[in-house]
Amino acid sequence: MSKNRVPAIDGWFTMDPEEPRLLGLRDTESGSYFFPKDVAVSRAPGYATAPLEETPLSRRGRLWSYTTNHYKAPEPYVSPDPFVPYTVAAVELQEERMVVLGQLAAGVDPACLEAGMEMEIVLDTLYEDDENEYLVWKWKPVEA
Amino acid sequence: MNEHEVAILGVGMHPWGKWGRNFVEYGVHAIQAALDDAGLAWTDVEFVAGGDTVRNGYPGYVSGATFAQAMGFTGIPISSSYAACATGAQALESARTRILAGMCDVALVVGADTTPKGFLAPAKGERQLDPDWLRFRLLGATNPTYFGLYARRRMELFGATPADFARVKVKNSRHGLHNPNARYRKEVTEEEVLASPLVSDPLHLLEICATSDGGAALVLTSMDYARRHASDFVRVAGVSTVTPTYPNALIDMPNFATDSAAGLAAPDRGFKDSIAVAAYEQAGIGPEDLDLAEVYDLSTALELDWYENIGLCKPGEAEKLLNDGATTLGGRVPVNPSGGLASFGEAVPAQAIAQVCELTWQLRGQATERQVEGARVGVTVNQGLFGHGSSVVVRK
Repeated sequence: MSKNRVPAIDGWFTMDPEEPRLLGLRDTESGSYFFPKDVAVSRAPGYATAPLEETPLSRRGRLWSYTTNHYKAPEPYVSPDPFVPYTVAAVELQEERMVVLGQLAAGVDPACLEAGMEMEIVLDTLYEDDENEYLVWKWKPVEA
Repeated sequence: MNEHEVAILGVGMHPWGKWGRNFVEYGVHAIQAALDDAGLAWTDVEFVAGGDTVRNGYPGYVSGATFAQAMGFTGIPISSSYAACATGAQALESARTRILAGMCDVALVVGADTTPKGFLAPAKGERQLDPDWLRFRLLGATNPTYFGLYARRRMELFGATPADFARVKVKNSRHGLHNPNARYRKEVTEEEVLASPLVSDPLHLLEICATSDGGAALVLTSMDYARRHASDFVRVAGVSTVTPTYPNALIDMPNFATDSAAGLAAPDRGFKDSIAVAAYEQAGIGPEDLDLAEVYDLSTALELDWYENIGLCKPGEAEKLLNDGATTLGGRVPVNPSGGLASFGEAVPAQAIAQVCELTWQLRGQATERQVEGARVGVTVNQGLFGHGSSVVVRK
């Protein structure tokens, strides 16, 4: 029996298996975007009372930087046993003009990465237990 | 001389290490050393500004009352500050402003910590509303992860190499060799740095700051008081405790994303570039006036970022500045003559205060083997988690 695929955190992204999107907030007065949307207040100075709308963020952006971690991160990160190095990528979204972090999708060789390359959001497993597979957004080169 | 100046009459530190004792003992040791250095007694102190310990990214033990009690309560007012790595500068600013407001003449600034082993990790438990917890949970984004992102960015943008980064460590390990307060007093080679295990690619274990125990203290006084009690002293000429200006375009711990520049225009000067500038403006100096700097080398590559952020060179030129020897003792503007975090490891609430201790010894000509000859003006710079800038200009 296959495990349930559940989000590792509620409300941060859509669960669309083909074209998942990060969910942010947009302050409709200043035009600023926010991610994550944990604090429902515009942080643009002078816009604290501006109305906010939930908005999906761009699926694609350009790689700003990346790093591969070669050691086991402390809890609450759930490390596979044995430990597998993982890469964290920073990707710049053009329309939102913001950089968003995410892990690099499993199976992508970080050696192929180069700043400026086009990346897109995918859903991938963060960790699993007996019943569930916990999904999170990750970045993947569009070409891969 | 400007109207914002206060005097540093005394400095003191407890050596950095992994001593495993109560942080209060390190703080009291540093306080007593600073008071002895100033030729003053505890009972002369009219205000204590403490830097709180850090626990899982957040404030830990209360400092002001703890140190006042440990020295023996005398009824004086106190303050406790928390600004992550910038904590010490906020404590200093609290003391300085109290003096400048004419509310006291003698203030003590102190920070000390006993740091748990290993990586700085978030608090335990399910903390779904805590960004510091969530970045570990959802991304595995440890502090070195952010350092790795900045380092790789230098490689992509400016063609920096891992060897350039390693040479920062080589320099700082030489600087710290004879510093009695440094924890690591061993010279390392470029080969040793590059052969140490990769932590967050391209950074190796020897390029990332350790966590340490330590304590540091300053005795600050009004200029009038200093003139009455000492013939020669150095001055705090500028203090910056700036926060970012929205939108901040550089990804910062513990955030998942930068601010968005889609609505309001990004400021002309980014956050890290703005930190020392605020202190320079108060002091009426520019980076060209500096004889030395103590910068926050949480990683080797971050030290290079700071060269540019504090105006020692243009963006992209830090590697050349390093490789030309300009930032080495004997060079044009030595950086981290103390040995920096590379030689100390980080005792968070004490660190920004320790940077000021080093400048004080340097400007007094008391830095022995690591002395920057003829030093008259120096700057410290540092940035704390959650958006805390910190910079102090000290001059003769």
